[in-house]
Amino acid sequence: MFPFSFEWHWDMSHIVFMGGLWYAICIMALGVNYVLGKSFMQTIKGDSGHGHDDHGHDGHGEHH
Amino acid sequence: MEAAYQKLVRLESQLHPEGVQRAPLWQFVLWLGFFGTVLLWGVYAMFLCWFKGLNQTNMNDYYGFALWIWADLAVIAVGGGAFFTGLLRYVIGKDPLKYIINYAVLIGFICYSSALLILAIDIGQPLRGWFIFWHANVHSMLTEVAFCLSCYFGVLCIEYIPLVLENRKLDEIPFFHHTAHNFHEVMAIFAATGAFLSFFHQGSLGGVAGVLFGRPFAYRPEFYIWPTTFFLFTWSAAACGPCFTILVTKITEAITRKKLVKDNVVELLAKIAGWMLLTYSIAKIADTLYWGFVMLPKHGLQITDFYTNASLIYTKLGGVPWILLIEILCSVIPALILVSKKGRQSKPALVVAVLLGSMCAMINRWVMVLQVMAAPIMTFDQFALYFPSWQELATTVLPVAYGVILISLSHRYLPVFPQERELNPV
Amino acid sequence: MGETQGHGHQEGNGHAQGSKYGMVIDLDKCTGCGACMVACMAENNVPTKPDETNKLDTITWMRVFKLSNGKAFPEAETCYLPRPCMHCGGKHDAGHSPCVSVCPATATDYSYKTGIVSQIYTRCFGCRYCMGACPYKARYFNWWDPKFPADMKEYLSPDVSVRMRGIVEKCSFCFHRYQRAMDRAFYEGRELEEHEYQTACTQACPAGAITFGDLNNERHMVHKVVNDKHEGHAVLQGRKPFRLLEELDTNPKVYYLSARDWVVKAGNASLRETSPADKKPSGGHH
Ligand code: SF4
Ligand code: SF4
Repeated sequence: MFPFSFEWHWDMSHIVFMGGLWYAICIMALGVNYVLGKSFMQTIKGDSGHGHDDHGHDGHGEHH
Repeated sequence: MEAAYQKLVRLESQLHPEGVQRAPLWQFVLWLGFFGTVLLWGVYAMFLCWFKGLNQTNMNDYYGFALWIWADLAVIAVGGGAFFTGLLRYVIGKDPLKYIINYAVLIGFICYSSALLILAIDIGQPLRGWFIFWHANVHSMLTEVAFCLSCYFGVLCIEYIPLVLENRKLDEIPFFHHTAHNFHEVMAIFAATGAFLSFFHQGSLGGVAGVLFGRPFAYRPEFYIWPTTFFLFTWSAAACGPCFTILVTKITEAITRKKLVKDNVVELLAKIAGWMLLTYSIAKIADTLYWGFVMLPKHGLQITDFYTNASLIYTKLGGVPWILLIEILCSVIPALILVSKKGRQSKPALVVAVLLGSMCAMINRWVMVLQVMAAPIMTFDQFALYFPSWQELATTVLPVAYGVILISLSHRYLPVFPQERELNPV
Repeated sequence: MGETQGHGHQEGNGHAQGSKYGMVIDLDKCTGCGACMVACMAENNVPTKPDETNKLDTITWMRVFKLSNGKAFPEAETCYLPRPCMHCGGKHDAGHSPCVSVCPATATDYSYKTGIVSQIYTRCFGCRYCMGACPYKARYFNWWDPKFPADMKEYLSPDVSVRMRGIVEKCSFCFHRYQRAMDRAFYEGRELEEHEYQTACTQACPAGAITFGDLNNERHMVHKVVNDKHEGHAVLQGRKPFRLLEELDTNPKVYYLSARDWVVKAGNASLRETSPADKKPSGGHH
């Protein structure tokens, strides 16, 4: 899983497989951090959030 | 007593989504109690397996893979509705599907968490489960499954969390409100990542059997490193997953006695599933023919070798390889119903089609696990029979009970169906 | 599957020069006495079960199958076929054994130095994928905690670790014997002799039906037999060595000899006279 584990070889299979895997993990981690960070900032700024218009996106419910 | 109960009911009803009708609390508790009991039975069996080991099962050295692996493959296949609906909604832009995506995600979440749980019971040394990541052999299909499955489960959590945060009470907390909102904004990225991961784990689950060159019943020709079953599994998950999503939606509607999703949404998903199924069945038939008439003779075998002998369960009934026929019919019949407009619009036909469509994947996974194990390979070897123990059955029923409970809780407290209020004015 | 496995990368290129341990089993000599099975269990600390009637979950690294030609008296014939792990070389004999290529945790590995397929007990987490992959059913799962009758504990071999519940094990060609012999040979600065490394089953067989050695070493008997060399003729007597399920590209390292046509035909599906489907399975545990 990591280059320092002894099964690891710098060959095509490892680069493709682990490359794809770490790429996906990075995207997910970045995405989650972005969302949490942004929400945190918005909360600090005191934006209650219930005022803005967030209708019309996805199955977000129609409870506004 | 009565007053306390009324107070509880009032408090509890504040958790319901706004403007919808929910079953009385006592009824709900009874319902949960029933499935909770089943769940506990499964949990008991699970702990038996963990503490006493896999001798609690009826598996043996001829059936190293059995009911659990089938259950795993089956729930993952029918849980494929989540990634495929997500792909259609967020990446391809089929907008009406936003009214069913929540439910597809929820079903996917249940299926995948169940699959991970079953896997954790199924391995002989559960505490070493992490070795599959740490000491990964990148050439093994199971490694690919483990990595993509776990990551995709992460994606499903990310997709499910905003729905939880939209609970009426939680939504009042600004941070949660923002988080849910912001997650929705970047959901396309997660959906695309999910589709990418799903493609590989659905496929590699197919590869698990397809690469077994010691098992001519399962072995299939390879493209680069992936056998044809890799692509067939992904394809069938994309075709049968949405069928299962529709099936569960219809069951939920029947139980809640409410219409929850508009017909045009269901029909759109059904139409896509129909075309996927149709193309899948063509590919599956071609694959079977190639395997039976080109691959097997190369190994000195004939297709009939696998459909004669031993047990009725796997073999011929009046000279017909019935399990193979049923598998193919289960993809062709629903495909024909779903691609025709009339078929989709008739409710009974639709329900039959999605039921058969879900069964299609389940039977295929059964064949690719248990029949693979059952077929003797050495000419003098014996055909061994296997019947699951109660512990195996209980742990396989466990996810069903867990799924019913999670769906019930989610439906009661979360805005799973955006169209519910409009379709059922109070 | 694309690349070579595990350590193969370092050793892979030179593996033609490495040893390739294998076996030749003379089925016409085997009497089905089961001494090899007993010797194997004793040598390798294979645990016992209080009730051994269910053979489907009994661990038998070496297992003697009973084959019959399916004919009625007086033509009825029986053959006993000992089956250890075949230490398959896989496609093109490149080390992609059916089992090694599928193990997700690299818990079983192919050695290009010896051609032996190892099993790393402390790394195996019991997914049993390798069992599904092995067409010879040579892999066994530890369904129970290992148990030995009280006095038998004293007889356990200190060279072989006892396996824990929940993992897979299989024949290792008595690898600990190889290590022991290699240590001595290395210490004495010489090459390993044929007689120094022999498996327990080979030595136990009273009929001398099993021959073990390095298939790559011209001086070893197995090499001569398999390659039909001059001195091998005494053993061969006009018979041709065959392997089980050769058509599947598993490249097993265990060869069999038999003068009986139906036995040779039982080795591979394409040769078989009657499909196994047509008769009740004649194979069984001895
Ligand atoms: S006989 Fe089975 S266990 Fe032994 S190397 Fe071949 S596939 Fe692996
Ligand atoms: S059971 Fe053990 S040796 Fe076999 S594939 Fe799984 S981890 Fe590898």
